[in-house]
Amino acid sequence: MDVIDENKLAKSKKRKQAIAFWIFRILSYSVVAILFIILSFIVIKGISVINWNFISQMPEEGMTKGGIYPAIIGTLCLVAGSMLFAFPIGVMAAIYMNEYVKAGLIKKIIKQMTNNLAGIPSIVFGLFGMSLFVNKLGFGDSILAGSLTLGLLALPVVIRTTEESLKAVEDTFRQASLGLGASKWETTRKVVLPIAFPNIITGLILSIGRVSGETAPILFTVAAYFLPKLPTSIFDQAMALPYHLYVISTSGTNIEESRPIAYGTALVLIIIVLIANLLANALRKYFGKKVKMN
Amino acid sequence: MKTFYKKFSEKFIEGLLMLSGTVTSLTVILIVIFLFKEGLGVFDKKPVEEGYVIAINKNNAIRKITSAEIKNIYDQKITHWNEVGGKPDSIVLFRLEDISNFYSDDEIGENFEGLPNCINRLVDSLPNIIAFFPEKYLIKDFKGKQLEIDKIKLAEFFGGKEWLPTAQPSAQLGVLPLIMGTLWVSLGAILLALPLGLAAAVYMSEIAKDNVRRIMKPLIELLAGIPSVVYGFFGLVIIVPLIQKTFNLPVGETGLAGSIILGIMALPTIITISEDAMRNTPRAMKEASLALGASKWQTIYKVVVPYSISGITAGAILGIGRAIGETMAVLMVTGNAAVMPHSILEPVRTIPATIAAELGEASNGGLHYKALFALGCILFLITLFINLTVEFVTSRNKHNKH
Amino acid sequence: MYKIESKNVDFFYGSSQALKNINIAIKPNTVTALIGPSGCGKSTYLRLFNRMNDLIDNTKISGQILIDGDDIYAKGVNVDSLRKKVGMVFQKPNPFPKTIFENVAYGLRVNGISDKKIIEERVETSIKQVVLWDEVKDKLKKSAFELSGGQQQRLCIARALAIQPSIILMDEPTSALDPISTSKVEELIYELKTKYTIVIVTHNMQQAGRVSDTTAFFYMGELIEYDNTKTIFTNPKIERTQNYITGRFG
Repeated sequence: MDVIDENKLAKSKKRKQAIAFWIFRILSYSVVAILFIILSFIVIKGISVINWNFISQMPEEGMTKGGIYPAIIGTLCLVAGSMLFAFPIGVMAAIYMNEYVKAGLIKKIIKQMTNNLAGIPSIVFGLFGMSLFVNKLGFGDSILAGSLTLGLLALPVVIRTTEESLKAVEDTFRQASLGLGASKWETTRKVVLPIAFPNIITGLILSIGRVSGETAPILFTVAAYFLPKLPTSIFDQAMALPYHLYVISTSGTNIEESRPIAYGTALVLIIIVLIANLLANALRKYFGKKVKMN
Repeated sequence: MKTFYKKFSEKFIEGLLMLSGTVTSLTVILIVIFLFKEGLGVFDKKPVEEGYVIAINKNNAIRKITSAEIKNIYDQKITHWNEVGGKPDSIVLFRLEDISNFYSDDEIGENFEGLPNCINRLVDSLPNIIAFFPEKYLIKDFKGKQLEIDKIKLAEFFGGKEWLPTAQPSAQLGVLPLIMGTLWVSLGAILLALPLGLAAAVYMSEIAKDNVRRIMKPLIELLAGIPSVVYGFFGLVIIVPLIQKTFNLPVGETGLAGSIILGIMALPTIITISEDAMRNTPRAMKEASLALGASKWQTIYKVVVPYSISGITAGAILGIGRAIGETMAVLMVTGNAAVMPHSILEPVRTIPATIAAELGEASNGGLHYKALFALGCILFLITLFINLTVEFVTSRNKHNKH
Repeated sequence: MYKIESKNVDFFYGSSQALKNINIAIKPNTVTALIGPSGCGKSTYLRLFNRMNDLIDNTKISGQILIDGDDIYAKGVNVDSLRKKVGMVFQKPNPFPKTIFENVAYGLRVNGISDKKIIEERVETSIKQVVLWDEVKDKLKKSAFELSGGQQQRLCIARALAIQPSIILMDEPTSALDPISTSKVEELIYELKTKYTIVIVTHNMQQAGRVSDTTAFFYMGELIEYDNTKTIFTNPKIERTQNYITGRFG
């Protein structure tokens, strides 16, 4: 019945597998290689540009010389502003969804809407922020308008990570607390939130990383092309790192001369993202261990 | 009293939480309202700039004219009235700056006080004239005939092949080249990203040792975290010159450059989602396959991939979604020519890039501004459709399994 | 001549020893039940016979397992061919996301059989062997997930039979089934004995008593007692076996 030569079959199966696995290995390593090419390129070109002056000085001579101080400050303001808005609301929304609403239509709708919001392209947030905050509410091009726009963009990220952190808290903790006569909010505040806290912070850090690199939402809500002074109020325009990189690499007066500044700016952006990622990973590991030990 | 206070504060906090819970829904609704209110406004506008009129001789039989016809007349692609339904006479073009060809400075007057009269006489005297001039120079008993210009039509908007939102005398708002540009670039991106992404996902979930995976996973996350403007910058200084040299092109800013950068940017989405899906394949199912004498590779393509196909599809679709919505990177590397793409080695322009590039110069509430919001609506609908498709694909799969 | 022989088998997960010096010899065309409390190593032991534990990183085996006289852990042994000879049925029914027909044909296809006629024949015989043919013959092209749990498990047995193994390993095959499906599977085991050597892990004492010829009692990684099922259940030599069987612990 068996017309098949066992050994031959086994060999051919092995050969096919070896070939397939090699192809997959090479393709996967090339994904990693792409990342390293991008990173190393920007690090190598940018590292010689970055020094204390670059970080602490105003741009000079049509942005071909000097530093990126106002852009750093602008980005810091935007990150702080957007997180002040998105973090509390996002965490509260997640608490509401995970601790208060029972599974049903309302939860479904909120979840669906949050998903939809997360899927909207950032340029559409820019359009929306411009028409609502800049024009309708009359904030003008300002840190306030930009922060709110970025905050809305970050909201789904905060909600999702917080919700996952809350879900990871075992129900027995809640039952134990409720069983001792604590109210729902007391249980949430004193039991659930402290346990979920490290993961929530991890989410916060990751959304900071995301927000600091976003360009499209701030194009028409806050970003100034060149503004060699620091913002003094939330109604001021501001420079921002990603927008700065965009303008000096595409539409400056002296694209070639300002290249070094562009490399430096790109590196600063990468460093921010890198720190956010490392910090988040470290936190995850540190607290992950701690929870297990208890 | 104390219990009352406690109860009250509990209720208050719950209300506050509920309010926060509604913020996302509210935002989506607001986005829809603002986007569509402005965007649909474009169909209430005429393509000719406000405050301008187009006039012809009163004996000319033409009454209405479309925006494309106006453009072709002024581009001298249409040279005879019969091409737009009139007599077979050749058209005489008139723009305001042509006035000195017909009248002396004295007649026009130092402060143009004679201009309205001049225009009136000119239009009256030349039977085949078409004149484009500001409304303020239109005198009360104008002897010519103002052409009726249609509002922008849906079919023109979606079927038009020209996007010249600031063209004079008549703006051309055809979004077809932008939609095509978006689709081309995204399609190219996904063609590049899918094989790489799927291979990496299979490798990480099924082939690699645990420690290799532990290294790769955060690297993929990092790839996802790099800001799009940095990708754009990288594309601009590396990919674009490379393409220009390789294909010997006049410019390297092409659809291909956009596809490559977008492909890289779509990788993390594809990898993460399809890897998750594959790792969810029950261990027992893989073991059953191996226990039947299948090799690991046979198990992967005959069991793991079919089992997780909906997750893999979801990853691919979301990857496309990410590519379609991406703005900055595309804006920086595709060259932004708003023409129908013929090859991936030509500059193209996508919808998001158009919005980003032009909104700054469009006057608030004007035709151009509204047209850009209409583009935003299209983008919103496309991404909404993609999200719903993904949900459909993944939910259908759940039914299938248990 | 024994079908399976296990000589001084030790097995380690990392540094912890899961099996200690197991010696068993199994005659052809018999049913052997492996019993014992959970965590005693009976499943781990079963999975040594088709080298399923190879899939787990950081494991180590010493000693010998002979099937038809050949050491299956010797160098150069083809694991795929071994697994073709030693079929396996799992705890929960685990059909593939394919049609009923393709589930049974799977083992043939991955082993290089592509002749349509042979495949159809073998699929039919195998499904008939598990007494499922009348229930599924009209819906062979339908997804295997549409079957009930009991039907799925019999399909999984048919799937294992299709590649014509000589040994069938069963890892608690009825633990996820209702009583009626369970008795159907048990009847099946009894019939299959005439053609195959069967090793079954079970935590159900009655089941072991009903279907097996010999029984091995495991406790904490050690083989406590191995004998005829009848002897084990009526007259065990070791007190711990007695205690387990009468339900005093475990």
